[in-house]
Amino acid sequence: MKAFLILEDGHVFEGTSIGASGEIVSEIVFNTSMTGYLEVLTDPSYAGQAVCMTYPLIGNYGICNEDMESLKPWPDGFIVREISRMPSNFRSQLGIQEFLEKNGIPGIMGIDTRTLAKLLRERGTMNGMITTDCNYDMNKVMEKLKSYKCQGVVKKVTCTVSSKLEGGKYKVALMDFGAKQNIAKSLHMRDCEVTVYPAFTKAEEILATNPDGIMLSNGPGDPKECTEIIEELKKLYESDVPIFAICLGHQLMALAKGADTHKMKFGHRGANHPVKDLRSGKVYISSQNHGYVVDENTVDPEIAEVVFVNVNDGTVEGIRYKKKPVFTVQFHPEACAGPQDSNVLFDEFINMMESRKEVK
Amino acid sequence: MPRDNSIKKVLVIGSGPIVIGQAAEFDYAGTQACRSLKEEGIEVVLVNSNPATIMTDKDIADKVYIEPLTAQVLEQLIIKEKPDSVLPTLGGQAALNLAMELEESGFLKRQGVRLIGTTSLTIKKAEDRLEFKETMEKIGEPVAPSLVVENVEDGIAFTEKIGYPVVLRPAYTLGGSGGGIAHNLQELTDILENGLRLSRVGQVLVERCIAGWKEIEYEVMRDAAGNCITVCNMENIDPVGVHTGDSIVVAPSQTLSDKEYQMLRTSALNIISELGITGGCNVQYALHPTSFEYCVIEVNPRVSRSSALASKATGYPIAKVAAKIAIGYTLDEIKNAVTGKTYASFEPALDYCVVKMPRLPFDKFITAKRTLTTQMKATGEVMSICTNFEGALMKAIRSLEQHVESLRDYDFTGFSKEELLNQLHVVDDRRIWVIAEALRKGISPKEIHDITMIDCWFIDKISIIVEMENLLEKEELTQELLTEAKRIEFPDTFISKLTKKSQDEIKELKKIYGIQVGYKIVDTCAAEFEAATPYYYSAYGVDNEANITRPEKKVLVLGSGPIRIGQGIEFDFCSVHCTWAFKEAGYETIIVNNNPETVSTDFDIADKLYFEPLTPEDVENIVNIEKPDGAVVQFGGQTAIKLTEALMKMGVPILGTKAEDVDAAEDRELFDKILEECQIPRAAGGTVYTANEAKEVANRLGYPVLVRPSYVLGGQGMQIATCDSEIEEFMEIINRIAQDHPILVDKYLMGKELEVDAICDGENILIPGIMEHIERAGVHSGDSISVYPALSMSKEIVDTIVEYTGKLAQALHVRGMINIQFIVYENRVYVIEVNPRSSRTVPYISKVTGIPIVKLAARAIMGEKITDMGYEPGLQPKADYVAVKMPVFSFEKIRGAEISLGPEMKSTGECLGIAKTFDEALYKAFLGAGVKLPRHKKVIITVNDKDKKVIAPIGKRFEQLGYEIYATRSTADVLNENGVRAKRVNKISKGSPTVIDLLLGHDIDIVVDTPTQGRDKSRDGFLIRRIAIETGVNCFTSLDTVDALLTSLESEKIKELSLIDIATV
Repeated sequence: MKAFLILEDGHVFEGTSIGASGEIVSEIVFNTSMTGYLEVLTDPSYAGQAVCMTYPLIGNYGICNEDMESLKPWPDGFIVREISRMPSNFRSQLGIQEFLEKNGIPGIMGIDTRTLAKLLRERGTMNGMITTDCNYDMNKVMEKLKSYKCQGVVKKVTCTVSSKLEGGKYKVALMDFGAKQNIAKSLHMRDCEVTVYPAFTKAEEILATNPDGIMLSNGPGDPKECTEIIEELKKLYESDVPIFAICLGHQLMALAKGADTHKMKFGHRGANHPVKDLRSGKVYISSQNHGYVVDENTVDPEIAEVVFVNVNDGTVEGIRYKKKPVFTVQFHPEACAGPQDSNVLFDEFINMMESRKEVK
Repeated sequence: MPRDNSIKKVLVIGSGPIVIGQAAEFDYAGTQACRSLKEEGIEVVLVNSNPATIMTDKDIADKVYIEPLTAQVLEQLIIKEKPDSVLPTLGGQAALNLAMELEESGFLKRQGVRLIGTTSLTIKKAEDRLEFKETMEKIGEPVAPSLVVENVEDGIAFTEKIGYPVVLRPAYTLGGSGGGIAHNLQELTDILENGLRLSRVGQVLVERCIAGWKEIEYEVMRDAAGNCITVCNMENIDPVGVHTGDSIVVAPSQTLSDKEYQMLRTSALNIISELGITGGCNVQYALHPTSFEYCVIEVNPRVSRSSALASKATGYPIAKVAAKIAIGYTLDEIKNAVTGKTYASFEPALDYCVVKMPRLPFDKFITAKRTLTTQMKATGEVMSICTNFEGALMKAIRSLEQHVESLRDYDFTGFSKEELLNQLHVVDDRRIWVIAEALRKGISPKEIHDITMIDCWFIDKISIIVEMENLLEKEELTQELLTEAKRIEFPDTFISKLTKKSQDEIKELKKIYGIQVGYKIVDTCAAEFEAATPYYYSAYGVDNEANITRPEKKVLVLGSGPIRIGQGIEFDFCSVHCTWAFKEAGYETIIVNNNPETVSTDFDIADKLYFEPLTPEDVENIVNIEKPDGAVVQFGGQTAIKLTEALMKMGVPILGTKAEDVDAAEDRELFDKILEECQIPRAAGGTVYTANEAKEVANRLGYPVLVRPSYVLGGQGMQIATCDSEIEEFMEIINRIAQDHPILVDKYLMGKELEVDAICDGENILIPGIMEHIERAGVHSGDSISVYPALSMSKEIVDTIVEYTGKLAQALHVRGMINIQFIVYENRVYVIEVNPRSSRTVPYISKVTGIPIVKLAARAIMGEKITDMGYEPGLQPKADYVAVKMPVFSFEKIRGAEISLGPEMKSTGECLGIAKTFDEALYKAFLGAGVKLPRHKKVIITVNDKDKKVIAPIGKRFEQLGYEIYATRSTADVLNENGVRAKRVNKISKGSPTVIDLLLGHDIDIVVDTPTQGRDKSRDGFLIRRIAIETGVNCFTSLDTVDALLTSLESEKIKELSLIDIATV
């Protein structure tokens, strides 16, 4: 069946419908990872967006359920050049088409994804519609596209009740703003007992359990929308409990401590972004997925210092807070998809908890 | 870390002559590195014995030495030039080994010279089997467990520990005979017993069998600060068991999930960090197809063929970055030249699929086994880029120039299902064709996978191609169908065959349906950043990104495709220089080529690079977009020449010599007419189509005669026939491939061969020099030792040659290059062959004479006059040096290949000896070719009846050099009768002690074996030559070569070689 991708600026791509049927309006973003489409699909940070893979051959190794980063896929839509009819991998349990269908995600294939990526690069992230309706009314589509805003997404993706990964020397409270599963796994394999809390849990409730460390997860959407959470983070910050934050967590902590964030032109989404550790000079290749970024010149040097920057565009990639054991990064040390180079940062978090334990 | 300012003068070591396994990729890497160092203000001294390379140009390095790559030469060179550093990681294994030798002997230390780019410790850790194993174990990286055993019991015990199946490799047996794979105790015992008996030292290596696992490679970079990135990973379609150089390879990997991808990536980074490599490195893995188990197969601590491929596949210039790292920069300080914005410390993201296919030489060595093993056999490769795998594969197939354009061209239709199932077990270069036929006959992908272990994903892709063939044959050619066929890159010619519509009809339908090709940019970043480099590939169903320019003058330069015997790196040299000359003259230059190993496909050589197959359709698509003012075809070998007619049809003017004149040189009748008009003699001959016609002509002329197809390079299919039955045999072989042109039969004259490359501006000619071949006619010019300047020619002969060259250039209206081969027979000059194009001798003559031949030819093509370029027309004065070009062969790599020299070219590369005297030049040339003698001072001589008449003086000279001579029966008789002491040995068929026994004794230096005239049918002679080659003995099949060798051996007294900086010539 024919499908169309219509962009806010009037561009129309004609392709073939994949996945579930139905029409969606969403924010269109692109990801440049060459592997890991399943991890991308199940990353809750894509809630409220439709993602385009720039690598043209998707679905080659099928769906390996154990690689899912959350219980279900989150993007509103999926945009690819070509999906494989023959998934081939010893762990594959399903084809990508069936997976999308099963999870009610519509998509489009057979379009020039490179042209789409270039458009988004040049004009910035845009809203778009995926539809199978050949007789769409452009004016009505435009109205819908103009009015769409990616919002309320943290609420959509966070868990509703807390849960626990048992066992371990360090008690870590993980605030789930849309956490990828490998965050909890990375901590658990480092001897942590991980308790996952819904995003809107009060600071007091968390602190009452006397955790050794607090982990702020990644998540979707505009950080400034999350005013309630920011208020709780202020309290957590003051608690002296070591805090490590990734992506949205990093942005929220920055906002809590007076810095500002802004929306990037088209964001960073991929598995090849170099970030430089300014303390050691070492460069890590990192996995990234963010559309917002912390403004470097709004970071108060009294409170915090930028310790990681993006080698390509110099944007803020990590902040260390000077007066508290708080450390946050914009990229994804938990990888999945992407390079595992920076997973040593979890070890650093463990060290932070260990030194605090010693002081105690 | 900023650049290390203590590095001021660097010696870069090249890789020497092109052989199988070490080819043009190192010219590309070395050239890039030299330019990268020079732009940092570093003085670059280059040494490489290969004159056909671009790196040995004086524009590339400050000082250029085309000298033999031996430790002695390097030591002398280091003392002379006093570099502060040596960069050995860009010249392949040859350079790395030499650097190790100099380091281990303490020479570098004594001279205060350091190795940059790597340390000897790193090299040892990566190259020494045991140290490598220990290093990998230390960091927990698995290697396939193995053990050398000397008895069956130990073998069984070890196997029980590591599990079946195991590979058994007896040590020191001929061509690995006696080895095998054991799946159970019975097989293990059988093979072990046999292997232990066959092994000369009674040892067998028992190794965990990983054949059939996925073979995956990673290209990794690391700087001195410890930052690491992977440039790209690649998946071999052929599982472990086939050398990666002979495998079809796809980038990036297709069947690995992110978990597997990252697992191996992390491993590769751990390995490069532990080895402490500063620069580029290639890690090869075997990955179990149904688990996460993997083994490290090999690590190359240097730039390799795979890194050249990765550079072209991603746009990331590995060699350039490696050179910058060697002088101290860190990855985040080096700009990414493609985007101009990002840095070298990021990992390329591809938004397309790349397929590499090997170019195998079985068309040259028809007696050779086509089986592919862990010994590489390919002479070159092609790469293709497309947005889908099927398209990339189809493009790669037609880029090979092996008379194949689809998965139907190796015909297995006659095979039954049963036979196909058997054939699937054969691992050779036609395997994907067999798979296609198996699918057509209804064998399931699963069955095919179980036999071949090729991943089902790839088999399914072949299935998609087969399904399309069916649809095109059976269904109506609708818009939808044609769109899909073009999307997966079915060429019009093939669609036309399948649909039984003419090519013009297909073209018309494409127009009606609006099916158009578009060009995309290779930008390293999947469109995330704007790219500054016009490096394009085509795809259907995409928007065009090619920047449409309409400059005042625009020229299309056609490259020479994959490296093969007969059309090597020389033509890349010519294409690149031609491009530079046009660029200098203000043209916008466009290169079309498909060879990832070459300099011409580097994105900063021409203004635009189209990485595309060189077929009329693919070129026409480019022409439609670019609308060039003209095309140059004379520098890209036969590949480019073959496109002439098509280009003219497209309305693209051919710059330089006109197509009809090129034709006239190839067309027998036209050419005879020209010779007659010019009053130039040639050997009598005729044109034929059938064996009967050929026999008729041959008998009229009298045997021996030369038989060859027209329009080929490297004398492909050319043979000397001595009787009717040989004619029949040769004609049958030639006619296996449909011939568009008649076959030539000429009287064979056995005289001195001379060769000339000249430039003609339409009026005057410029002859840089005359070359003389050491071997008499009958040995292909590419396989002959060639000497400049011609030594033994009288003034009359030289004058005649100059006169004929002028006349021929005039008569053929040459604008640009012309290459003529002459024969001097009974003091009369005959013309053998005229090629109105650049030849393989051009690079070497340019370098020796200091005359930039390609540039001058390009200027002549643009309309300049030789006199305006500052040259006197005519034969140029002789240079102060004598240069000897020596062919280099790769016979030991191709099992079953006939090594005797003849009219068909067999050498893969060449090296140069340059000196003030002929003797020294010759000595250097042999040295450069790897002939390091004497060792044991023993020679075996066995010659044919004709040569027996002249063998005595040769024997005498060996004797005088202190050689012990062994000879077969009648050769020994002749020698002894003439007072040369020769020990008699038996040929193989006559019982021990035979020649073979002697060879296996491993103390023979030289075998002189001249085959009987024509195609040698004697199994004995063939076997002797093969065994000589496989046991590493120098084997010569022409007495002229032996004569030269003796001269060289007699020059052994030359202890101190004179080293010549050719940049000063």
